[in-house]
Amino acid sequence: MIKIENLTKFYGERLAVDDISFNIERGEVVGFLGPNGAGKTTTMRAITGYLMPTDGEIWVADYNMRKDPLKGRQQIGYLPETIPLYTDMSTRAYLRFVARLRGLDRKKAQKRIDEVVELCRLEEYINVLTGKLSKGFRQRVGLAQAIIHDPEVLILDEPTVGIDPLQVVQTKELIKELGRKRTILLSTHILPEVNLICERVIIIHQGRIVAEDSIENLSSILEGRQRLRLKINGPVDEVTENLSKINALSEVSYRDPYYLLEFPIDQEPQNEINQMLTRGGWTLLSMEAVELSLEDIFVKLTSKREEEQ
Amino acid sequence: MRRIFLICEKELGTFLTSPMAYIVTAIFLALSGASFSTYLAQTSYSDTSIRGFLEAGQLLILLFSALLTMRLISEERKLGTWEMLLTAPVREYEIVLGKFLSCLIVLGGMLVLTLFFPILLVILGDPDLGPIFTSYLGLMLLGCSSLSIGIFASSLTPNQIVSAVIAGGILFGLWFLGPVGNLVPDPVGEILSYFSLSHHFPGFMRGVVDTRAIVYYLTVAAVFLFLSVRSIETERWR
Repeated sequence: MIKIENLTKFYGERLAVDDISFNIERGEVVGFLGPNGAGKTTTMRAITGYLMPTDGEIWVADYNMRKDPLKGRQQIGYLPETIPLYTDMSTRAYLRFVARLRGLDRKKAQKRIDEVVELCRLEEYINVLTGKLSKGFRQRVGLAQAIIHDPEVLILDEPTVGIDPLQVVQTKELIKELGRKRTILLSTHILPEVNLICERVIIIHQGRIVAEDSIENLSSILEGRQRLRLKINGPVDEVTENLSKINALSEVSYRDPYYLLEFPIDQEPQNEINQMLTRGGWTLLSMEAVELSLEDIFVKLTSKREEEQ
Repeated sequence: MRRIFLICEKELGTFLTSPMAYIVTAIFLALSGASFSTYLAQTSYSDTSIRGFLEAGQLLILLFSALLTMRLISEERKLGTWEMLLTAPVREYEIVLGKFLSCLIVLGGMLVLTLFFPILLVILGDPDLGPIFTSYLGLMLLGCSSLSIGIFASSLTPNQIVSAVIAGGILFGLWFLGPVGNLVPDPVGEILSYFSLSHHFPGFMRGVVDTRAIVYYLTVAAVFLFLSVRSIETERWR
């Protein structure tokens, strides 16, 4: 449904996307992961036709975005990172404008507005100016405009950023619901976000794809290790030295004021740590498990890749 | 075509719901009205023409074109709606023409309100209607040029103030090419004058419809509308 071949995009001298290729089949829901500045937004803008690639080709629903941009764009529903709202229009007027812009006639537009308003639960806000809506509802209006013409392909750029946790859950459910019939590419820089919704993940870092796999496969690579964060009352040098002596731990580092410990998932170093603390007469102030952050994952994936090469 | 009208309709809605168009119209009417009546008083009401209105009106149209158009594209960029427009199945020229048309309608409305001046003259005196008619044609043509320059300026920057300043710069620059042209010896002076927005207007005030003048104003409009379209297109390649 979406096919990208050797996409490259320069902004002046700066290389934003470096020769990436991928395929998304009809009906797939794919997560597009990467830290800020990795090239997610640029890639999505190229797919939607907002930007022309410096090099490479993009097909959406078999339309080449260079040769048939209008037909291609008609197949896509797009929620940009900045929610595109005319703040002086009511939700209804705004959705009507987008629907008509997308080529729906008056009657059809009215029908679709009713449908998407119900789907996105916007009934109470239909006559409110979009500029007066809270961030969460703006996001929903943004989603509503993306699906108003019932597109086959949905491109969602950070659809859950900046909204409160309850709304994040609702938005995720909505996207899941939308994904039943559609092909979706959604970007995020938060890992747990994709677990619920996506079948497959593409990870991009510094303009290149570093991994592309199903969620299960990626998790098995990444979850082979566990992390603990400790706060210990004691001299840093001695504590670090003693921690390093514990065999079960594969990595020990100190980032003020915490000690970061890493170990394989089948190990249980807690007892040894306790014994060590007692021996040294130090006090444990806190101990907590730490999730791997996306940045750590990138580091791992990129270093793993380099090793392979 | 349908999308041009759709965008025009949307812009008109924004004009009518925001205070900008009303303020601009009110000030336009007040200033041109003041100039209209001052002129009549100066000639002791012997010259029953709208000359006073026109003298102020032509410059006010330049100024207000810059103000009316400054938000057209700049604001869309700032709101992020630009990205939505450019990823919708709409061509760049449809966006530009739709926006241009909406301004033209607002300007037309403003000029319709100034018909109050000639109507007053008809009731109270015996004006020559020919020059009045051609003057309005001239104002509309001048408006076409000015508005297209304003739209071009707006396509260059997300900042409305910067857009208005660029538009004002181009507009008054082109306007004062005329007086400059008069100071420079021909043929350079003549060429400068021909490219000036002010050079072609006095003919309309005298009741003369010169094809060259019409061609000039419409060409300026076409050139700047074309440049606006190009400016939007190149943005995708940037």
